[in-house]
Amino acid sequence: MKVLVNGDETELAEGATVQAAVEALELPAAGRGVAVAVDAEVVPRTEWHAHTLEDGARIEVLRAIQGG
Amino acid sequence: MASTDTEPRDAEPRPPAPVGAPDPLSIADRELRSRVLLGTGGFRSLDVLAAAVEESGTELVTVALRRIDPSQRGSIVDVLDGAGVALLPNTAGCFTARDAVLTARLAREAFETDWVKLEVIGDDRTLLPDAPALLEAAEELVDDGFTVLPYTNDDPVLARRLEDVGCAAVMPAGSPIGSGQGLLNPYNLRLIRERAGVPVILDAGVGTASDAALAMELGCDAILCATAISRAEDPVAMARAIRLATEAGRLAHRAGRIPRRLYAQASTPEDGRGEF
Repeated sequence: MKVLVNGDETELAEGATVQAAVEALELPAAGRGVAVAVDAEVVPRTEWHAHTLEDGARIEVLRAIQGG
Repeated sequence: MASTDTEPRDAEPRPPAPVGAPDPLSIADRELRSRVLLGTGGFRSLDVLAAAVEESGTELVTVALRRIDPSQRGSIVDVLDGAGVALLPNTAGCFTARDAVLTARLAREAFETDWVKLEVIGDDRTLLPDAPALLEAAEELVDDGFTVLPYTNDDPVLARRLEDVGCAAVMPAGSPIGSGQGLLNPYNLRLIRERAGVPVILDAGVGTASDAALAMELGCDAILCATAISRAEDPVAMARAIRLATEAGRLAHRAGRIPRRLYAQASTPEDGRGEF
């Protein structure tokens, strides 16, 4: 299935979880300071493993930057 | 009694101001010794940021959220955790209440804090707040358990409305973000301070140390600045200058300034002069 991760179309296996989408970004340790929204709803880190994605889901993976 | 006083003193007497006495700032359930809040935008490196954090004396520092960039090196969260400061996530770049509320919720998840510097911008040239959307987002976030510190216009009525919906402080702009124009309407800032029952934090517009001092002399409880420090030629020196100016302005406010007079008032006694 295809999902959008930070605006980029990404191919993931059917039933993939938020965790899989985050791992697809090949980040160094996604520790404190990272948050995920799926279809404009926050998915807490504790649910990344369990939250399965639908085809066409829009996933935003955000992290802390300097600002303000 | 006739008076040439053009700047009446506040109705309420000021607390005494012994030099060196503790003068903490309370916001919601947090007590801060420093009255400088530091924005982290614009520093050329995390090392300079860390040095400026230390020199400013700040205990509360803003961070933003953006799409993750796998090539980004270094972690601002690690740097700020190492400095022992608390994080104040912002909703910079949000133009709707919906986006600001979602960003605040993401920040709560990312940083494990329910404090938020709420920004809802209404115009991309001035970056001034969108008042109706700001109020709507503030109310929703307060209801959701957030400690909301809104970046607001220097509008005494809007400041009052934000306090009424439960904001923990109000943060009026002195002038547009990053403009360094200082305090364009000190009169409004005084009105906001006189009527507010929550801390007033001068946010945006500080260009140099004297702006911070003036804000504090007007009665602001703290200042928040980023660009004035981060884009100064020597950010670490400016961090120290703004720390000292903020302390000086606060002390001057508590000490109670003299009224302004149109004419001179001799400081040396008139009586007993020699006659020649």
